[in-house]
Amino acid sequence: MGDHHHGPAKGLSRWLFTTNHKDIGTMYLWFSFAMFILGGSFAMIIRAELFQPGMQLVDPLFFNQMTTLHGLVMVFGAIMPSFVGLANWMIPMMIGAPDMALPRMNNWSFWILPPAFLLLASTLFMEGGAPAFGWTFYAPLSTTYAAPSVTIFIFCIHVLGISSIMGSINIIATVMNMRAPGMTYMKMPLFVWTWLITAFLLVAVMPVLAGAVTMMLMDIHFGTSFFSAAGGGDPVLFQHVFWFFGHPEVYIIILPAFGVVSQIIPAFARKPLFGYDSMVYATASIAFLSFIVWAHHMYTVGMPVAGELFFMYATMLIAVPTGVKVFNWISTMWRGALTFETPMLFCLGFLVLFTIGGFTGLMLSIAPADFQYHDSYFVVAHFHYVMVAGAVFSMTAAVYYWLPKWCGKMYSETMGKTHFWISFIGFNLTFFPQHFVGLAGMPRRIPDYALQFADFNMMSSIGAFIYGSSQILFLYNVIATIVSGKPVSDDKVWDGAEGLEWTVPTPAPYHTFETPPKVDASHAHS
Amino acid sequence: MFLKAKRLTALALGPVLMLLGLYSASTAAADAKVNEINMPPGVTNVGQSIFDLHMTIFWICVIIGVLVFGVMFYSIYYHRKSRGVTPATFHESTKVEIAWTVVPFFILIAMAVPATSTLLEIYDFEDAEMDVLITGYQWKWKYEYINEDGENVAFFSNLRTPQSEIYNTADKGEHYLLEVDEPLVIPVDTKVRFLVTANDVIHAWWVPELAVKKDAIPGFINETWTQATEEGVYRGQCAELCGKDHGFMPVVVNVVSKQEYAEWMAAKQAEAAEIKQLMAQTFSMDELMERGKGVYDRSCAACHGANGEGGLGKAIADSPIATGDMAGHLEVGINGVPGTAMQAFGGQLNDVDMAAVITYQRNAFGNNMGDMVQPIDVFNHKKG
Ligand code: HEC
Ligand code: HEM
Ligand SMILES: [Cu+2]
Ligand SMILES: [Cu+2]
Repeated sequence: MGDHHHGPAKGLSRWLFTTNHKDIGTMYLWFSFAMFILGGSFAMIIRAELFQPGMQLVDPLFFNQMTTLHGLVMVFGAIMPSFVGLANWMIPMMIGAPDMALPRMNNWSFWILPPAFLLLASTLFMEGGAPAFGWTFYAPLSTTYAAPSVTIFIFCIHVLGISSIMGSINIIATVMNMRAPGMTYMKMPLFVWTWLITAFLLVAVMPVLAGAVTMMLMDIHFGTSFFSAAGGGDPVLFQHVFWFFGHPEVYIIILPAFGVVSQIIPAFARKPLFGYDSMVYATASIAFLSFIVWAHHMYTVGMPVAGELFFMYATMLIAVPTGVKVFNWISTMWRGALTFETPMLFCLGFLVLFTIGGFTGLMLSIAPADFQYHDSYFVVAHFHYVMVAGAVFSMTAAVYYWLPKWCGKMYSETMGKTHFWISFIGFNLTFFPQHFVGLAGMPRRIPDYALQFADFNMMSSIGAFIYGSSQILFLYNVIATIVSGKPVSDDKVWDGAEGLEWTVPTPAPYHTFETPPKVDASHAHS
Repeated sequence: MFLKAKRLTALALGPVLMLLGLYSASTAAADAKVNEINMPPGVTNVGQSIFDLHMTIFWICVIIGVLVFGVMFYSIYYHRKSRGVTPATFHESTKVEIAWTVVPFFILIAMAVPATSTLLEIYDFEDAEMDVLITGYQWKWKYEYINEDGENVAFFSNLRTPQSEIYNTADKGEHYLLEVDEPLVIPVDTKVRFLVTANDVIHAWWVPELAVKKDAIPGFINETWTQATEEGVYRGQCAELCGKDHGFMPVVVNVVSKQEYAEWMAAKQAEAAEIKQLMAQTFSMDELMERGKGVYDRSCAACHGANGEGGLGKAIADSPIATGDMAGHLEVGINGVPGTAMQAFGGQLNDVDMAAVITYQRNAFGNNMGDMVQPIDVFNHKKG
């Protein structure tokens, strides 16, 4: 810790060698936004091709590369790193720690990401093209039948996994060891809680993903047959391994989002979070249940009926803790004094749309009905309601909420609200009709479709262009704030906000809490 | 024009109707399925059970949604700061919290009961009256009727929509992308068991109106069944991403009367016998070329290009194999190139078609070998 008053280094080396949690958080956030734009442009290509029946712009193989890269970039490049960035910025400030526990590792876990994604994007220019087997990369399409770029893809997944594991270990170490005196576990803000649990999920399942891709590598290059029936292996084994990672993964994505919403709603309701304890327990039970429901993605692979029943019942159970969370948020609003600044609008958008996604999740959990829903656009609608309106909306809310604290300037509320409404309308126009075409029989991941799906697909595409372009407004708003926003000087930017991060000066200085704060017992939480 | 106008209104009204959730299926009665917004109950008892289950859960969700969002919007309206309210300070209530943990639990049990019974119904494979083996190939389906007495009847079912419709140089037909050269034919009111597998990657055989979706997995045979109660043509698609032309491998099932089915089956068996005869014959160049073009367009053009220019597969025009030694060419056609997308077509095409397509490749697209392959050559090559 040597010199207590040094500021950031100058120039590029500041960013390359930094061990400062705020710098690293900032880099994560910008990187994830760049990936959001990249993954978004892939989506625009997909929606442009699907604007009308017939093949117009791309060929089917390239279309598959787009759906694959879109999924991979959004999940691993946009959503996950954005929440890691938020964790870096906020966790130390929320628990009264001077920095993350393992700052050098923190630097590494960020800096291995950009090369990995550069490499992944470069596969587009390789012979045979980029991976084209979907973000779920089922074998043997991703092994025996894959383009040579699959080997690079495997390498990238390993790097992303290493980055996530390092990030999670760091978060666990920070939360367990660096809380300010008096900050007991049950006083931690919910964002810290949800991230702590998420970090454990990550440490548990990223190695499983690494195992899956390693087995693929062995099958492709070293003559094993883990996933090839011809050699005594089992293609279904791949799916079990993948979803043992994959289902917890979706909760890795949504739990920090739950945390964000649990911070923001009380601030704009001017009322403490309802049911703090039950929020913590609900998060923990969701995390536990997420390990025993994976095969709900595999109802049609031909499991024995006992297996189907087990996974159906377990999946249905997740609705209980999820419901508890929704009820708690609404009770937090109940008889509060609500205002509707941009962060709150995005949280309310989250609340409505995530709940709809939860409903479709419950429908999908019903195995016999899933025989009809599975691999149709209904599933696409479901997971975009939970991942875009869930994770991305809450991330957007987080940026608006903490941006003034980060840079000491206020964003334009008018532009923020406009961003919200365009996003909200664009999002629903894109994804609501997908429920319809899915139920009516349109499979997912197809570059062209039968005529009866034409109108809803056109609607979807128009919605997607609207939602996509609204992000440019977001970018502009953020940059304009940083460059020339109205300065704010209150420590507590929002009158209803609670928590240690609002006790440091605005903008947050390069180093905060070099001497730990004393946590006031009356400040129970959030 | 009428259709177009209707389209546009649908497009304009869509969002409004969407929000109301009221777009009634009856408005689409004129052209049955356009802009359908719900799952078809289909033509099987299982399909009806699934549909009922789906609607039950849907309405439960709607009711819960109305309550939850009702409370939320009430709060948004009445508990806003601009109305001068002072915020309350309560932040827990054990009673309420227990209630909203326990009540949903019972709702879930209420859902689980019909779900379980429907699932058990679907898993009842007993008493099937006939078996069809369904095999997924990149990118077509093979249907094989397992006949206990008499020979099995087998054929491939390929997409019939021409490239010109897909690439927008011709008007799209009514069943664009949902039409095949040879549909699966099954009798009505008969419990048909499907044994589902795949030859290369994983596919999924899905026909919404028959309420069947089952993954076709190489090396495994999955079981499923249907019993259609109404004659008709039912269309579906492959539901599992299986590579480039995943979007272009539809499923079409003709459900016909038992009488018609028996006639169809007899005709198929006769046809198979005829092919056997043909295999012993010698064909002229013209006959081979004509037949070969048909086979090529159906089975090879997807990868090798309509004009032999290549694509996912190598170019046939000027190909060293197609302009080389005949045995080498037959070898690739019959046994494929292991580890590539070039499958072994020996088991997919009969010897007459194989002879024709090889001859065609050697003498089309500017290739000019002038030699012919006869069915007997194919037969001998297979024997080794
Ligand atoms: C699924 C895609 C696909 C289909 C369908 C397909 N092929 Fe191929 N074919 C390939 C690929 C890929 C290769 C290149 C294999 C290699 O790497 O050597 C190939 C190579 C060939 C070659 C050797 C060309 C050369 O110059 O090396 C011949 C001959 C051939 N195919 C014949 C056929 C015939 C006959 C049919 C139809 C009955 C057919 N193919 C259908 C993918 C396909
Ligand atoms: C109430 C809670 C939820 C339930 C019961 C639920 C249930 C399901 C089920 C059964 C499927 C499989 C559908 C199919 O493929 O046939 C599914 C798919 C999916 N869900 Fe959920 N879900 C819930 C919440 C979430 C959340 C919170 C996320 C992520 C933020 C999520 C993300 C996904 C994704 C990404 C898929 C599709 C994966 C793919 O095949 O590509 N779900 N969900
Ligand atoms: Cu899941
Ligand atoms: Cu497919």
